[in-house]
Amino acid sequence: MHYESRIGHLGGNLSALDALMTLHHEVMEPADRFILSKGHAAGALYIVLWSLGVLTEEDLATFHADGTLLAGHPVPGWCEHIPFATGSLGHGFPVALGMALARHLNGEPGQIYCLTSDGEWQEGAIWEALIFWAHRRLTNLTVLVDLNGLQGFGTTREIAGMEQLGARVEAFGIEAYHVDGHDPAAVASAARQHPGAVLLLHTVKGKGVSFMENRMEWHYLPLSDAQYAAALAELGPSADGSR
Amino acid sequence: MRKAFCDAMCELAEEERFCFLTGDLGFMALEPLQRVLGARFINAGVAEQNMVSVAAGMARAGAKPWVYSIAPFCYARPFEQIRNDICLNGLSVRLVGNGGGYGYGSMGATHHALEDYGVLSTLPGMRAYVPAFDTDVRPMVRALACRAAPSYLRLGRSELAEEQGLPAYGPWRCLQQGSAGLIVVAGPIAGALWSATRERTATDRPELWVVSELAVPMHIPQPLLDALTGARALAIVEEHVATGGLGQQLLHALALGGQRLPRVMHAHARGYPSGRYGSQSWHRRECGLDVSTILEQLVREMRA
Repeated sequence: MHYESRIGHLGGNLSALDALMTLHHEVMEPADRFILSKGHAAGALYIVLWSLGVLTEEDLATFHADGTLLAGHPVPGWCEHIPFATGSLGHGFPVALGMALARHLNGEPGQIYCLTSDGEWQEGAIWEALIFWAHRRLTNLTVLVDLNGLQGFGTTREIAGMEQLGARVEAFGIEAYHVDGHDPAAVASAARQHPGAVLLLHTVKGKGVSFMENRMEWHYLPLSDAQYAAALAELGPSADGSR
Repeated sequence: MRKAFCDAMCELAEEERFCFLTGDLGFMALEPLQRVLGARFINAGVAEQNMVSVAAGMARAGAKPWVYSIAPFCYARPFEQIRNDICLNGLSVRLVGNGGGYGYGSMGATHHALEDYGVLSTLPGMRAYVPAFDTDVRPMVRALACRAAPSYLRLGRSELAEEQGLPAYGPWRCLQQGSAGLIVVAGPIAGALWSATRERTATDRPELWVVSELAVPMHIPQPLLDALTGARALAIVEEHVATGGLGQQLLHALALGGQRLPRVMHAHARGYPSGRYGSQSWHRRECGLDVSTILEQLVREMRA
């Protein structure tokens, strides 16, 4: 999909994909909702929606094309599985919080899940939301953080270290749990056991493709023909599109 | 207008899913609303970005949220949250900014709202409500409550001591007919202009219209278009900068409609020309937004 449209953002899609698949296939119930705060991982979300049968192969072929609904960051108003347009970082968490608050006030069931990036925690709005959440003690919200350690122009360690993120979150009054973000059983177990918490997903940017893993340039770069072929060879025979 | 606002909101308190968020403001004004709403009155703290995003999330989950703050903290600080989370997603959230224009006077420039409805009018679906009188607030609150799109309410202070005799609320109202020019005004200055001219004879007073709702595209009523055809001079008056305000929106709509225009003057906020600060009326005088200056300039335009 990214290769055919000559579009990048693959690194942060691959770091998030395992958790997104696990949440949608193993954890979420019909009343639950998911908000992709790291909107640049829209490709991973579209693949998850395809795997659920919500999107078709033909839909995926429109990714980034003129007239598409499958833009590089989710656009609003066309899919109940995408409650909000996201892409500007620091928005998904507080809108998810608002959904959780409204449900809480109305006594409605269902969990709200939200996935943020790690660099996104440099946004002030995230910490405003954390203060509000801790004060309200809402347990019908779960926030996951894709801790892949790389952002747009460097590592989080170089730019604004996120090493103590769990301790910082807990200092605000919300429990934080460290999870292997590429272990579906661990992600599912943590999501079920810790509603109302932050799950720190330890992930690898570009996961699954050796020449992409932990390399910053795959935040943005598209695949060349040779790289695409090499990536497919690494990922195995099912990587060419069978569900 | 805060009392009128609080009273009108209390009447809605029984509505299902009605909820109110404030950015830690409302002391000595909103306590009655706080009492009747209970848990649905949410003091979101000094965190306006979060407050607006939370309101958007609540609207998406079926709630009917209102967001309240001093005007600039309501529309300027969280502008991206209004644009992305509310407007791009087409959500029904009502923003309420207290202290339109220079309303906070000598509290200083950070508390003034000189570009609020112009900026917000650029956003999809947004409609700005600018009450001129205390009695406008109740019908406006009821209109906002029913509106399935984003709205902004700019509260100020009524400048009409006695509001009896006002025509019923509408987005466009003719307060008085007259043949000494035509004035179209947004906001409470309408009351001051009306008080200053209403005792005059019809030939000696300007025709006075008040505009209370701003949205693009602008639908100008035919009687105002008829009045424009016969007028020698038009004065547009607003406590808002020229860019994006009533003047530009009105003249743009008239030009696109092929309307022939009389001589036009635009009395508007001009920021801080002297670099000094004072009361709301002091800032108005400095910008030529006081009643005497407006009426004198209109006379000059009539004679030109």
